[in-house]
Amino acid sequence: MPTGESKADVRLDGPGGPSGAVALTRALNCPNCGASLTMRAAGHSLSIVCDSCHSVLDAKDENYQVLSQFESKMRFQPLVPLGSRGRMAGQIWEVIGAQVRTIEVDGVAYSWSEHLLFNPYQGFRYLTHYQGHWNFVRTVQALPLGSSHMGKPAVILQGETYTHFQTAQAQTTFVVGEFPWEVHSGDVAEVRDYIAPPHMLSSEATTAEAGAEEITWSLSTYMAASEIEQAFKIPRLPPPAGIFADQPNPYAARAKGIWGSFGLLLLALLVAAIGSIALSSNKEIFSHDYSFRRGAGEPSFVTEPFELTGRTSNVELNLDTDIYNNWAYFNFALIDQDNNKAYDFGREVSYYTDSDGSEGSKSDTATIPSVPPGRYYLRVEPETPDAAYDLHYHLRLRRDVPNLTFFLLAFFALLIPPIIVQWRSAAFEGHRWMESDYSGRGAASVFSSSGDDD
Amino acid sequence: MPAKTANCPNCGAPVEFLWSAAVQTTCPYCKSIIVRRDVNWQKVGEIADLPLDASPIQIGAEGVYRQKAFVVVGRIIYEYERGGWNEWHLAFNDGTSGWLSDAQLDFAISFQHAPPSPLPPAGNLQPMQTFAWFNQQYSVTTITVANYAGVQGELPFEYWDKSKVTFADLKSPDAHFATIDYSESTPLLFVGESIEYDALQLKNVRLFEKW
Repeated sequence: MPTGESKADVRLDGPGGPSGAVALTRALNCPNCGASLTMRAAGHSLSIVCDSCHSVLDAKDENYQVLSQFESKMRFQPLVPLGSRGRMAGQIWEVIGAQVRTIEVDGVAYSWSEHLLFNPYQGFRYLTHYQGHWNFVRTVQALPLGSSHMGKPAVILQGETYTHFQTAQAQTTFVVGEFPWEVHSGDVAEVRDYIAPPHMLSSEATTAEAGAEEITWSLSTYMAASEIEQAFKIPRLPPPAGIFADQPNPYAARAKGIWGSFGLLLLALLVAAIGSIALSSNKEIFSHDYSFRRGAGEPSFVTEPFELTGRTSNVELNLDTDIYNNWAYFNFALIDQDNNKAYDFGREVSYYTDSDGSEGSKSDTATIPSVPPGRYYLRVEPETPDAAYDLHYHLRLRRDVPNLTFFLLAFFALLIPPIIVQWRSAAFEGHRWMESDYSGRGAASVFSSSGDDD
Repeated sequence: MPAKTANCPNCGAPVEFLWSAAVQTTCPYCKSIIVRRDVNWQKVGEIADLPLDASPIQIGAEGVYRQKAFVVVGRIIYEYERGGWNEWHLAFNDGTSGWLSDAQLDFAISFQHAPPSPLPPAGNLQPMQTFAWFNQQYSVTTITVANYAGVQGELPFEYWDKSKVTFADLKSPDAHFATIDYSESTPLLFVGESIEYDALQLKNVRLFEKW
């Protein structure tokens, strides 16, 4: 902000106020309809458009001569009214003009509004609005470099790559207020939008009177409706509908964080799994061959007692048979010799094979969790369907076997949140690009084929 | 900076100089344009009423660019079909001079440089034609025919009898900026960069009511 004594040259610019400050506002009456108008950026504005009769007035002319009549089929009230002031990007801005611009895609007209913002020191900015989506826009003095990104044309500005999103002919369909350029009814500009959310870099090509094409670049920054409500003290602006070209993907940021947490949790899980393996004694306590034939005496028998040592832990039984085109069923009980507490379980093995292939398995494993230390024995009761069948099998018991099932389940459970967020993020991007020239519908091919040369 | 004064050859009023190397200035009392001829000052014309202008910059404003303090000592005003702009003449505290252009509050600082390669005549210049100068790639973005609309204050050269002047503006990918000025028979090259108002740390600027 200016400080010190003002040496405003009042002789050149008309009377200043009591402090030597220059007035930028002028009160005037529309020479066409008599409506009273306020000019807010005298000295900068070239045109002022009467909001009653849409006459375009020469803002530099002391009689505000009518330059033309703006033909408009619509009535429009800017959501942020003319004369409103608000703080954005660290500066105070006053709305001095507003226009509606319209593009046509596949025969459907889409209109958005642009508020012209003014600060007598900082210059001009734009605040655009489309269906609840807002962008704060400033012109760019640097010249972006042509490039391409993932098969689409792109431009690079100060190290950031912006991917081509849409090219359209934008027609000015409504104007009100004042502008530092001459307003003409039906002005058309070719607008090319390139995105790097939350930013959008746009080029606007207009054909000057001399016939030379003039290209203006501008950089938009996406803003939430709540930020505009707060900046301009406007209650309840319309909520956003759909996804806007440069709207930041909320899931992309969340996905980053969630993959980060996933990585940390996975690391913790791996450490726990390795620790569990290292701490398991995995000791063989019993290994013996047996045979069985139905009807040859009492089928059940008990083994010699054995010692289960160490902490309360699991016991794993491996059953290996020579079963062939048959099945066998085993009733097992691991019995504590001191208190006769029994852990009962059964296992069936069956194995069949023919020329079409085989099914089943000759072996099986059972894990008995949480068995306290002590002296135990195993009771075994085999069963086969045929009396004539000779079954040979091997039993092996191991104590404190590392069990990674939990870790595997935990791994898949950990994967669920990041995959959901990743999927939502991809869906958001899909939705965003549906509105672009690359949606696979309509106008897309026209622009993608011609977009590489600029 | 040594304060120097001369007497207006037209009205005799004391004319103060902010920059000792000025060869032209305007008398703030009688609006005469006076130029230095040997040791004397001579009236060569009168400034017309300047167009309505709302630039925050004014003669006497002070600022800083690349750690060098400057004071605004003069300006040239141009108008063209899309509005007007000011070229403010800056006198730096090391005696050098530069320009601050204010085109609808888009600011750029530039300095005159000897062209590294011969400049093409205005008629041969094409939009998007590129030049590699001072390790930058400059592209012609606009060619403007402007009307000289007035002068004020101290200038490093005589500049008062112009009418139409052709300018070519060039931009680079990192916001460097160049202008080819075809006001003289040999085109002049000005090179610099666009700059934010706040970056100039300006003091003694104009005040605006309710701002």
